[in-house]
Amino acid sequence: MIDIIRSEWTKLRSVRSTMWTLGTAALLMLAIGALMSIAVKNSHEGPVPPSGVAEVSLMGVNFAALAVAALGALVVTSEYRTGAIRVSYMAVPRRLLLLAGKLVVFAAVALAVCMAAAFAAFLVGRTILGGASLGDPGVLRAVTGTGLYLTACGLFGLALGALVRHTPGAVVAAIGLILVLPQLTVMLPGQWGRTVNDWFTSNAGRQVAFPSEASSLGPWSGFAVYLGWIAVTLAAACVLTARRDA
Amino acid sequence: MTAIRATNLTKRYGRTVAVADLSFDVEPGRVTGFLGPNGAGKSTTMRMILGLDRPTGGSVLVDGVPYRDLRHPLRKVGALLDAKAVHGGRSARDHLLAIAQSNAIPAGRVMEVLETVGLREVARKRIGGFSLGMSQRLGIAAALLGDPEIVIFDEPVNGLDPDGILWIRTFMRDLAAEGRAVFVSSHLMSEMAQTADHLVVIGKGRLIADTSVAEFIGRSSQAYVRVRSPRLAEVAELVKVGRLHPDHLRVTAMTPLEIGALTARAGLPLEELTLVQPSLEAAYMELTKDSLEYSS
Ligand SMILES: Nc1ncnc2c1ncn2[C@@H]1O[C@H](COP(=O)(O)OP(=O)(O)OP(=O)(O)O)[C@@H](O)[C@H]1O
Ligand SMILES: [Mg+2]
Repeated sequence: MIDIIRSEWTKLRSVRSTMWTLGTAALLMLAIGALMSIAVKNSHEGPVPPSGVAEVSLMGVNFAALAVAALGALVVTSEYRTGAIRVSYMAVPRRLLLLAGKLVVFAAVALAVCMAAAFAAFLVGRTILGGASLGDPGVLRAVTGTGLYLTACGLFGLALGALVRHTPGAVVAAIGLILVLPQLTVMLPGQWGRTVNDWFTSNAGRQVAFPSEASSLGPWSGFAVYLGWIAVTLAAACVLTARRDA
Repeated sequence: MTAIRATNLTKRYGRTVAVADLSFDVEPGRVTGFLGPNGAGKSTTMRMILGLDRPTGGSVLVDGVPYRDLRHPLRKVGALLDAKAVHGGRSARDHLLAIAQSNAIPAGRVMEVLETVGLREVARKRIGGFSLGMSQRLGIAAALLGDPEIVIFDEPVNGLDPDGILWIRTFMRDLAAEGRAVFVSSHLMSEMAQTADHLVVIGKGRLIADTSVAEFIGRSSQAYVRVRSPRLAEVAELVKVGRLHPDHLRVTAMTPLEIGALTARAGLPLEELTLVQPSLEAAYMELTKDSLEYSS
């Protein structure tokens, strides 16, 4: 397994566009946080509470989530597009081990970058808005939660990529499941509709960073539900990957 | 030990039968040419050997085991299927390094194989900018990384210039001379005639022939004598067993000496008396003419 991880790390680091995309996602996150912080500072009367500072400075999370998800998908789909996946499967015929290797390497890199971006965005926001520190209630969880949530979005993208094996298809699926559908489920009627909304992908996943009082899920239970979505997608991808012709 | 053994190998894609009940062996120490017209099922067969496509029926073993059961497959089998199926953004060195690492092959092999195929100077260049010939060489370098006993090449000479073709041909002969099993596909008989020791010929997914190259030529087509004369009709009457064509006579049942003696006695002048050995290409065309996927 360590051989496969080493190999996947070489693949990831040696394609410049991967690193660029990841870096851009991080910068975007910082830039949006900074802009929002400036906007809030100019329009807000009096000091912003610490949890507010965290929320405003991390507002780039939705854009970053899509960038990271797209990159996760590309880790798998770019090999299918070029046909390089056959070379990979020739080297590692146990396909699920290969997928696991890709997942581990991407998760580690995404976690490092996303965590760093979340902390940096918060520090920038705090510099602009003032009056908040990581020690304030809920702030540290919001920042680390953002890093975790973004990483999870990347894994969701990777799982979708392994499932559909096709870049546009995987990216559209990721946008739909992470950004569009979670906003539409709000309109579902009744108690049942509310539960679906609370449990729906990123609605649940974002709880870890920005817990909503209205949700029936807490920060960690919400994040666990999101990981559940990813696990199910990944399981489906594993079944198909093992069965399909390459 | 038999390097590759296919037994009743069958592959269907929906209603297309790509490979049908195909059985053959590939032995070490020789170049086995895998021949067939376009769409005959060569690439499909190779993908099944390499565990990429799952057979609909039958089986194929590499050194006695299914490919998917090999622990570090690249140390046993090296293959080049499609030279352009690589990520163009990587350098040649990183591309090979990633492949080597996956099979615990020492990183030092990367520069060795690049040297072997003559790409050492461009090791750090992006492979997206490589010409087809360079890509083929890179693909061969990848196949050689694990110093494999079995090598599989799918149409390696496609798109190469004469120098490149000669290089690959010599290279494959050398690999076989070192005792490796070389399994190489082509749709050109003339190419295989100069490279292969043994032939596996398929058409429409079915086995047509599994023979040595010499045997193949002998069996599948006959030599004949071509006779031209200003008085061809009289010659034809005299020889009896010939087949008359507009400008010449074809005789299979007699030697040139016999024909010459006969016509000399009758005083008939001859313009030409040639023993025609049919080319390998002709023999191959003859053999596969019933199984052409797309005839022109
Ligand atoms: N993935 C696939 N899905 C559907 N049909 C396929 C697939 N792969 C191959 N085929 C079909 O199977 C048959 C054999 O194709 P294959 O590529 O193996 O032939 P080939 O001998 O390699 O031909 P060529 O000389 O053109 O490379 C063809 O009719 C082809 O259309
Ligand atoms: Mg082919």
